[in-house]
Amino acid sequence: MDRPNPITPGLLIGFAIAVAFGIALPHLVSDFITYQFTLAMAWAIAMLGLNVLTGYNGQFSIGHSAFFAAGAYSAAIFIDHFGWGPYEAIVAAALISFVFGFLFGLPALRLEGLYLALATFALAVATPQLLKFDAFEHWTGGVQGIYVPKPDPIVSSISADQSLYYVALFIILSLMVITWCLLHSRSGRAMMAIRDNPIAAKTMGINTPLVKTTTFGISAMYAGIGGALFTYASEFVSPDAFNFFVAVYILVGSVVGGIVSIPGAIFGGLFIVFMPNFAQDIRLAYEWLPPPWAIFGVFLILIIYFVPFGVWGSLERLIVWTKRKVSG
Amino acid sequence: MELFLQLTLAGLAIGSIYSCVALSVVMVYQASDHFNFAQGEMAMFSTYIAWTFLGMGAPIWLSFVLAVALSFLAGVVIERLLVKPVEDAPILNQIMVFIGLLVIFNNMAGWIWEFTIKPFPSLFPADFGFKSSLIGPHHMGVIGLTLLVLLLVFCFFRFTRVGLAMRAAAANPDSARLVGVSVGWMLALGWGLAAAIGAVGGILVAPIVYLEPNMMAGVLLYGFAGALLGGITSPGGAVLGGLIIGVLENWVGGYVPGGSELKLTFALILIIAVLLFKPAGLFGRVVVKRV
Amino acid sequence: MRISTFVTSVAATLLLTASASAQTVGVTDTSIKIGNTNPYSGPASVYSSIGKTIVAYFKAVNADGGINGRTIDLISLDDSYSPPRTVEQVRKLVEQEKVAFLFQTLGTPTNSAIHRYVNAKKVPHIFVATGASKWGQPEKYPWTIGYQPTYDVEGGIYANYALANVKNPKIAILFQNDDYGKDYRDGFLQGLGDRADELVVKMLPYEVTDPTIDSQILELAASGANVFFNITIPKFAAQAIKKSCEINWKPLHLLNNVSSSVKSTLVPAGLECSKGLITAQFMKDPTDPQWADSAGFKEWSAWMEKNMPNADRGDILYAYAYNVSKLLHMMLNGCDDLSRPGIMACATNLKDVELPMLIPGIKVNTSPTDFYPIEAEQLSEFDGEKWVLFGDVIDLSR
Repeated sequence: MDRPNPITPGLLIGFAIAVAFGIALPHLVSDFITYQFTLAMAWAIAMLGLNVLTGYNGQFSIGHSAFFAAGAYSAAIFIDHFGWGPYEAIVAAALISFVFGFLFGLPALRLEGLYLALATFALAVATPQLLKFDAFEHWTGGVQGIYVPKPDPIVSSISADQSLYYVALFIILSLMVITWCLLHSRSGRAMMAIRDNPIAAKTMGINTPLVKTTTFGISAMYAGIGGALFTYASEFVSPDAFNFFVAVYILVGSVVGGIVSIPGAIFGGLFIVFMPNFAQDIRLAYEWLPPPWAIFGVFLILIIYFVPFGVWGSLERLIVWTKRKVSG
Repeated sequence: MELFLQLTLAGLAIGSIYSCVALSVVMVYQASDHFNFAQGEMAMFSTYIAWTFLGMGAPIWLSFVLAVALSFLAGVVIERLLVKPVEDAPILNQIMVFIGLLVIFNNMAGWIWEFTIKPFPSLFPADFGFKSSLIGPHHMGVIGLTLLVLLLVFCFFRFTRVGLAMRAAAANPDSARLVGVSVGWMLALGWGLAAAIGAVGGILVAPIVYLEPNMMAGVLLYGFAGALLGGITSPGGAVLGGLIIGVLENWVGGYVPGGSELKLTFALILIIAVLLFKPAGLFGRVVVKRV
Repeated sequence: MRISTFVTSVAATLLLTASASAQTVGVTDTSIKIGNTNPYSGPASVYSSIGKTIVAYFKAVNADGGINGRTIDLISLDDSYSPPRTVEQVRKLVEQEKVAFLFQTLGTPTNSAIHRYVNAKKVPHIFVATGASKWGQPEKYPWTIGYQPTYDVEGGIYANYALANVKNPKIAILFQNDDYGKDYRDGFLQGLGDRADELVVKMLPYEVTDPTIDSQILELAASGANVFFNITIPKFAAQAIKKSCEINWKPLHLLNNVSSSVKSTLVPAGLECSKGLITAQFMKDPTDPQWADSAGFKEWSAWMEKNMPNADRGDILYAYAYNVSKLLHMMLNGCDDLSRPGIMACATNLKDVELPMLIPGIKVNTSPTDFYPIEAEQLSEFDGEKWVLFGDVIDLSR
């Protein structure tokens, strides 16, 4: 279960159905719901990055909000200051986040487990302070933030929300396929070998530092792409938007979706967008209940009890178990 | 020079609060290998309990004792009811449960007691017979009480059977079980003690930062950093780590240009730098792994 | 769980879309739908008493038969004081709930995030709960209107006061490192004029996430300043007052209006230590005995007793929220044209409206070119028990 799924006819059919549903969705729901799904995908892309880093390479991070912010701000700055188009800006944001992640991965090499968690935690906590730091104000807009217009529709027959949704869908599907290929390559196996047994991996001649830092870079790049899309959907960046809780959301989503998986990220993204709203709706309907976030906390704990491997991980196990029952 | 002394002493005072939180983080970690994110919120909740007793007319020390005792019980119950199901689950699942607890405690506190800040009386008399413009009586009391708690923790682990059993349960659960130690209850006891120490920290910090649901957010962060700086395996190290961070934070704010704006960032960079050279923390045991 | 959430929200959307009426969005013959966002959770949750009061106010209005035969359907959502979340919640209100307009959305960064969106959608965005100056730009943002006196103008009042009352002022400033803190700071510096650089001896920021501001106070005191402009929210204001008292630093202490509540700031800080504080006010402090017999206070107090009996009445935010709710109530009462431009016209044609908890002499005035409803404050000094107003009501209109 700790390897990416092999390609089976069942998986391919499932994937095809999911893609078809994804394409049809904006025509079935309002622009607002479409936008919420775009947000979910932006989160999911960041979570996918964390899955690669933590699930497949064994490095902890509770600081992915920093890379999320790096991508968001890079895209906003390229658009606002240099007049770039939104799609070129995403590419730039991806590259910049990769570099950030790679550089951060260097000191991270010396830290393990809790200590790595603390270092990334520190990064997440420092992010809002750095974003509003006076010396960078010319670029970041300081406490005021930057307004980012929503990209124009790619074709005129659809709305800007639908267009951004399709862009996000295209990006997340591509990244899922790329991730799958990556994990099945030599480098992917090296990543997992390091996770499972670092010492054995080293003796087999794997360049551990290079693999680990590159994985950090790739993971940060995903988070950055997610951040850029999140910014386009929200049309605004400001330091308060990237507090420590954003890092927690990314982690929670990853675990809830299934951190050792690729498709799990999508469930994670949906969870982070729809669960708080769902908790709020429950609260609005039953006013005697405790506040929405307390309800959210209860749901989170229950999910961890009953779906311990995350949505996708538990689904996989369910399928294996059913197959065994059926065949034997 | 006066400024330097004031900054340092104020740093020690606030640092001793971080120490209390760091100590409770270490307790849970020692007892169960858990890194409890909800520690700060639990401490905040305990402080509200003490505040409720105060409101009912109980004297401050009685409220303190009652709140600490109740927190101990609550810690045990939380471990048995909520943490036990994920005892053998991956560490990330445990962290999720702690995050769940964090948001629940934080939001319940606001719901029950509202969000306006509440003044909280000091445990200590208004003066100890002498006055100083460098450090107030409450701050002196905080440092003293924290050191006392550390001493108690040390004696407990060193000289009591239960303390020994707890250490055994954490160090080698299987062997401990064989010699008749109830590992599960030792974990629960660890949570109880941690919650009690957290409550002490909360009640000590409340007169300084005022009681409100978010009062522990910043404190917890520094508490974590203190625990890791001192070494997550060493209660004494955690206390020292907390003190160092308190002082460091004030020095950075006071002397580094632009320091107030990036106080936290500087403090964290320094800690990470320390960890790069001493990955197990300043006083932590280096765990040797067998391949 | 997740799937059913999704299905319900999709179903809800489809239903809503189907039943939307042809006239003004959100207004029917029997109801008006209004949207609001408030930080019920997160770092600014202390302001949630505002949201709760507004909801309670319109519930009470409905119980009395509504406004001109229409019930008020006020939907107040939590944004946790996070700008992207505000965008999401406001889009939900506008596009899914189809509210007629937005009222009292709270916070500067949060409102900044939706500023362009609501103006592009032409949704009235009225009486926002923030004192930034950017809410009064009728040419650029004709759909957004402010409410309270702006921070920067208030900062200017303190600058004038310090210049007039302190010989050789040496000024220390502590400010929260965000829009709110910087607005006050910049208004104050502007008020000092050309000499600002020379007069301000020390200026330090703090972050809301800081546990304490002790080191900042120590440093400001060490600068030898004799004037201290304290731009902090209640929790830190109380810390600052207490700490400077402890270390015996006694400058002319100017406290921003945001933290002027006796109950939320000065009691925690210690009343003895608070003696001599100067602030500018536009509202009656609910704990102040001098208002106890005023008609406005009695009205508010009776309302609280009836509708929010368990709330802590010393908290000025309840009075704040009552005032602004009443303003909306009166505005809607006199508003015949409930189309969106009509609502905006009503909000921008208020003449000398008096509100129960405003200081006597301060009235609400707006016009199509003046989007700042409350533009007056009066200085007051704390005498150890209550605020004592002095001087005249200062007109802040620009």
